[in-house]
Amino acid sequence: MTRLLPGVALTLLAAGCGAANAHHHTAKEPKLDVIGDWSDPEADLPVSRTPPMPGPEAAVHNPAAKPIAITHATIMTARGETLKDATIVLDHGAITALGKDVAIPAGARTVDGSGKFVTPGIIDVHSHIGVYAVPYVGALADGNEATNSNTADVRSEYGYYAQDPAITRAAAGGITTAQILPGSANLIGGRGYVLVMKPGTSARDLHFPGAPQTLKMACGENPKRVYGEKGGPSTRMGEYAAFRAAFQAAAEYNAKLTAYKRDRALWLKKKARAAELDAKAGKDPRKHITPEAAPAPVPVDRKLETLAGVLRGEILPQIHCYRADDIRQMVAIADEFGFHIRAFHHALEAYKVRDLLVKHGIAIATWADWWGFKMEAFDGIPENAALFQQAGGRPTIHSDDPVGIQRLNQEASKAMWAGRHAGIEVTDDQALRWITANPAWVLGIDQLTGTLEVGKRADVVLWSANPFSVYAAAELTIAGGQVTYDRTVGLVPTDFELGNSGIAGPAKGASR
Amino acid sequence: MKPTTLILSATALLASAAPARAQLTAIRGATVYVEPGVVEKNATVVIDGDTIVAAGKGVAVPGGATVIDGTGKIVTAGLVEASTDLGLTEVDEERSTVEGAFARTPDQAIHAAYRVIDGFNPRSVAIPIARTGGVTSAVATPRGGLVAGTSAWLMLRDGGISDMLVKAPLAMYVTLGERSESAAHGSRGLAVEELRELLDDAREYARRRGAFERNQTRKFAAERLDLEALGPVVSGRLPLVVRVDKAADILAALGVAREFGARLVIEGGTEAWMVARELAAARVPVILDPIDNLPSNFDRIHVRDDAPAILVRAGVTIAISTLGAGAFARTLRQRAGNAIRAGLPPAAALAAVTTGPAAIFGVRDRGRIARGEAADLVVWSGDPFELSTQAEHVFVGGVEQSLVTRQTLLFRRYR
Repeated sequence: MTRLLPGVALTLLAAGCGAANAHHHTAKEPKLDVIGDWSDPEADLPVSRTPPMPGPEAAVHNPAAKPIAITHATIMTARGETLKDATIVLDHGAITALGKDVAIPAGARTVDGSGKFVTPGIIDVHSHIGVYAVPYVGALADGNEATNSNTADVRSEYGYYAQDPAITRAAAGGITTAQILPGSANLIGGRGYVLVMKPGTSARDLHFPGAPQTLKMACGENPKRVYGEKGGPSTRMGEYAAFRAAFQAAAEYNAKLTAYKRDRALWLKKKARAAELDAKAGKDPRKHITPEAAPAPVPVDRKLETLAGVLRGEILPQIHCYRADDIRQMVAIADEFGFHIRAFHHALEAYKVRDLLVKHGIAIATWADWWGFKMEAFDGIPENAALFQQAGGRPTIHSDDPVGIQRLNQEASKAMWAGRHAGIEVTDDQALRWITANPAWVLGIDQLTGTLEVGKRADVVLWSANPFSVYAAAELTIAGGQVTYDRTVGLVPTDFELGNSGIAGPAKGASR
Repeated sequence: MKPTTLILSATALLASAAPARAQLTAIRGATVYVEPGVVEKNATVVIDGDTIVAAGKGVAVPGGATVIDGTGKIVTAGLVEASTDLGLTEVDEERSTVEGAFARTPDQAIHAAYRVIDGFNPRSVAIPIARTGGVTSAVATPRGGLVAGTSAWLMLRDGGISDMLVKAPLAMYVTLGERSESAAHGSRGLAVEELRELLDDAREYARRRGAFERNQTRKFAAERLDLEALGPVVSGRLPLVVRVDKAADILAALGVAREFGARLVIEGGTEAWMVARELAAARVPVILDPIDNLPSNFDRIHVRDDAPAILVRAGVTIAISTLGAGAFARTLRQRAGNAIRAGLPPAAALAAVTTGPAAIFGVRDRGRIARGEAADLVVWSGDPFELSTQAEHVFVGGVEQSLVTRQTLLFRRYR
């Protein structure tokens, strides 16, 4: 679409369109007699500002997933009801039937679930698996880009090691989906990455289809500890000043983008009108339109792009915060700049400000009973999740730990019982939602997964016993209709573990 | 949220931590785990003073006893956390609140004379929290260096050190393998060499103490008090706990222990299952955390979930432990439950948190519900390892302990 005439080329370059436009000019293009250049400034920009990813439709349709039926099981749906002696059918990656009398498709792998329990796949919204892969050697530490307190431009996906031995163990604990986050050294640590929990050769294969982008932020002790002697911030004061400065810059960037879009739309209109008039003008040089320089596009700034995405509501903020006052500072900043915080992670003092969080529609992701390891964790109490539930909020239980991720069902159980023992009513279904439907909401994928209902993604766990029991083990973990853990096979060694592991390896006949 | 009217009374409750007095108590009609593998239903346990004076079916409730209805309840011996920084660390990331954790540098390597009991905080807010998990005893252990010093067995009773101390010094702590390299000039082999030199010197010192005082001995690798403290190790009286994970390093520790006649205990022991036969033959017990199942460093490559079961099958005495943070001591029973899930028989899991630690450290009269045993016991609402279960009554040294913690008070303030 670019047409350069010798006389105007220099002007256009000066206007910032960039020499790259010349690439679009080919000798084959017929020369039109419109004077001037109406080149499209957008043509110079990256094709997309986010990497192409499969859309949500791919989450519930997987041609490679063969039918599986689990029969005679207790099915805990995480949407209020528990079905006894029921069947669930999974086909092509989706739940296709659920209930007492359902037809089992021909050729389905049928698993007898008598005496066993079925739940949605477990979702952990806070994991560093793959970015802090085991063994914990420096060479595999890719979780904190601790070179600047604002690295909004980095992505955990790009540091993810898809053969971390922690992956198979998480799947063996019933995990089907997790959010892999950058660490909490930085105020703005970078984008999170929502994945399917199974090994692969690259993070690129493992995206949860259709999951929105997320951003990790952290407040409180960690950033000021890391940056206190690296140029700051060295105090909470500095942290909140830096957050405000970052979002101020993002707001200005957004304003420039908005102005640019408006100017460009206007310019495109003029361009179209000029073309019309020129067409009418024929060979009469006096009637030709004087060209108008295209508005200069806003230079792409990947840090600001991420933060602006937060302001536009396209990227879901996930904020590491422990103390009530830190939580309130971040809520105030979000209110000032007009963005919505999706979840506070760790949030050990959420119980102190639960009404505020519920009012703002902000979820929490917390532990059952972690406390005391740092000052900002000193006031953690086991009733945190239950109190948040009681207040009408959305608690989730997260791990932040490749050992803890293997038993989130137990952690949810402890948090549920801590509430009950303190006189707070928590139902089994609510507690199950702490590790299924609620984390799905935190990640913006609750329309696709997190509960058991026909049409949703076939993310399912078959448990040997009630999942709230310490003795329950995942017998089958199914993600997107495909088995990612089978207890009769056992742990399959990751690449690192091949010939270098204490795990028994697959039973005979099993391979991958 | 409700106004905070309960704060004063609750604080008073916690502050009244002057030890309550032991009194005659009977727990009636309970299922009593007399010892691992021995269960008596509808049994009665009678506590007088700090001791269990009767336990079993048909035991009469003495007149004047406070009676706890044990119907539907399970009574076990109090759980023992066999390696923890409870009472030593208040807030892990605040160095000023951390006691008994030494740097791993060559100049900080030898702390044999250090005794945790000198730095123990009996009023740590983590202690009542540990009790809510049915933990009635803790082995507070020093950490770091090559030789970290000696531990103490404390019963988690409200009060001061004298109310809590059961036995100290309890054991000597040494670290080998990857974690010792920085304390031994970057080599695990050098760490073994330094340990051998140290034990050799300790033996020499013990033999020739008079000559040492007259300056008539060769130069020793450690200071006088350290050599003194190592004396009971080389005479086989004080257990030598070696923190080590890799099978090859465990065998190296076994070699050193044999050479010097030390009573070896392995802590960590990730790959102990690979040398279970050797450990059983040498009667070397293992203290381990059953849920720490990742190959988190190159010493732990052969980690596996069923290690506790393998060790017990081979005849090795084990203790299950959180191996560290006192703040997490209340999760001890969950760890034991997970060991059962991974194949450890339930009775062996109970042993690993009661009689096992007692046997490992030579602490007598603890770990069973039987006449003459210390009255450290828990009345559980159900299976002690199950997540739904609550410790309803916790007795330590015959005294029922309050289960109100700092966390309870926070809950009450904000509920």
